[in-house]
Amino acid sequence: MNAQPSLVMFAVFVGITLVVTYWASGKSHTSLGFYAAHRRIGGLQNGWAIAGDYVSAASFLGITGLIAFYGFDGFMYSVGWLVAYLAVLLLVAEPLRNTGKFTVADLMSFRLRGRGVRAIAALSTLAITLFYLIAQMVGVSAIVNLLLPRFGDIVAIALVGVLMLVYVLFGGMLATTWVQIIKAGLLLVTAIALSLLAIGHFQFSLGHFFNAAAAVATGGRESNLLQPGLLFHGKLGAWNLISLGLALVLGTAGLPHILMRFFTVPSARAARTSVAWAMVLVGIFYLTTSFMGLGAATIVGKDHIGRRMYAGQAIGYISHHPQQQQVLDTQLKRDGYIVPTPDSNLAAPLLAQQLGGSLLAAFVAAVAFATILAVVAGLTITASSAFAHDIWFSLVRNGYGDETEHLFVARATAVVVGALAIALSIALRGFNVAFLVGLAFAVAASANVPVILLALSWRRFSRTGAIAGMLAGLVSSLALIAISPVLMGDRAIFPLENPGIISIPIGLAGAILGTLFARDRESEAMFDQLQVRATTGIGAEV
Amino acid sequence: MKPHVGQARWEALAAEPEFRALLRARRRFVIPATLFFIAYYLALPVSVGFWPNVMSRPVLGPVTAAYCFGLSQFAMAWILLGLYLRRARRFDVAAAQMRRRETHELLDEQR
Repeated sequence: MNAQPSLVMFAVFVGITLVVTYWASGKSHTSLGFYAAHRRIGGLQNGWAIAGDYVSAASFLGITGLIAFYGFDGFMYSVGWLVAYLAVLLLVAEPLRNTGKFTVADLMSFRLRGRGVRAIAALSTLAITLFYLIAQMVGVSAIVNLLLPRFGDIVAIALVGVLMLVYVLFGGMLATTWVQIIKAGLLLVTAIALSLLAIGHFQFSLGHFFNAAAAVATGGRESNLLQPGLLFHGKLGAWNLISLGLALVLGTAGLPHILMRFFTVPSARAARTSVAWAMVLVGIFYLTTSFMGLGAATIVGKDHIGRRMYAGQAIGYISHHPQQQQVLDTQLKRDGYIVPTPDSNLAAPLLAQQLGGSLLAAFVAAVAFATILAVVAGLTITASSAFAHDIWFSLVRNGYGDETEHLFVARATAVVVGALAIALSIALRGFNVAFLVGLAFAVAASANVPVILLALSWRRFSRTGAIAGMLAGLVSSLALIAISPVLMGDRAIFPLENPGIISIPIGLAGAILGTLFARDRESEAMFDQLQVRATTGIGAEV
Repeated sequence: MKPHVGQARWEALAAEPEFRALLRARRRFVIPATLFFIAYYLALPVSVGFWPNVMSRPVLGPVTAAYCFGLSQFAMAWILLGLYLRRARRFDVAAAQMRRRETHELLDEQR
């Protein structure tokens, strides 16, 4: 594939976003401006920004790939990630806007005063954000193969890292928001166009489209992608599916970078409007994943999705088995390329290549790049606020220190987080990105969600409960991932791939038991105030 | 967090019948809605996981029961969103009333 057009398109996107960043840089001189864009983002804009922040490489590349490879089982991610917004809408968005300032820890420490709660809330934010960041950057390495074949993974990952830092450091939340809005628009248009092209390939007949999806040839055999069980099967298939489903549907309400977006709007009502817009946009996008994924499987062919080698590149390949060499030679002669390693993350760009030629593929690759860039910027600003606002400013400096120092620490943290993410993602390539993000959701659902919900609704809830709940959720989800088949393969001690079904109840149990263990009169006394503020918006930050 | 009214004032506000009514009205919608959407959603992985044969049956042309159920979740989410947005307008009115009154009383105190 020719890299020239995609480079040009990507450069245009970068150029526009840099202009936005320059414009925003004049408005980010205070911490309120840097973290929350002065709370002047409108509901509609914030809805687009949430969609841009949420629909990550995991959704665009990852889910499309999972649907292309496993059909319905991949579509489970799409369903879970949309339905999850109901939890945000009904339970979290408005109270959070009414009681918080910049971070999730603000909400918790509203009634749970003290250093412990804030420190652990910040820690869990950092853990979730880093997990998520790694998944995004792994996506970079998957598409760089298409976008910048001559540069190589490491240069591309570093490029994304540096650009993202420019947005965050100079433009703060305002620039990040606009980068996300632009990207959400681009991505939605691309996804709809690809879906229409895919259906158009079947003369715009949904019947033909789904008939083809029900009979996809894989390795010489037919498989029905509309049937469940291609990814989650066997004795524990059902439990894997339920565990993943729980993590997806509850996790969103605990994702720090999504929750942080509600501090950028002027009121609880605007927070609700933004979730509503986000649900419409995100829903449309997730519907298109079916068409893109099934389209890739039927039009490109499941066996052709992977890192391709073209004749020019393939000269050096050596196979130890002459027979296999022969197979590769035949494939090269027939298709003009070979697929040495299947990589589901490439389904969407390859579909574009097939349907619209290299120009459309270039556009899709550039959009995927932009997607990753916008999400990574949002994650970095979240991590930086957790460290600068919660750990440095509130804990180390005890609330002292001026704006200059606050902003300096926030920006320095962004640089460190960016560097860390670049290093880790270079080490962890080749995992499906939707799958990696699924794990981040499990951590969010276990460590954050029980504590946020109990803090908002249970009078008796205490500091001990919050600390016990967050620690139990964080440690159990991370430990279960560490001993799961994801990291240990066949020797896994814990049989499920997603820890949600065990670690979410553990997080909840930790929070309840911790609360019953010791009474917290101060927290109980603050409950009335919290409830009035959360419900009416009296005294909310403006 | 601006401590613009004291602890006693918050407790008084929390005890007001108007506030209790708002809280109850919110809960009457939010709690059943939450239980419903979680149950409806979890029914998908449970049915697909435990009765794969039933869910693999094509019901709409080649489209299986599982896929139809999955697509119906989108409709469910959007309908519930619409219902909540409609209901929330009422909550907004009550909340705005309380906010307005509180600002007036605060100004009176300062005078």
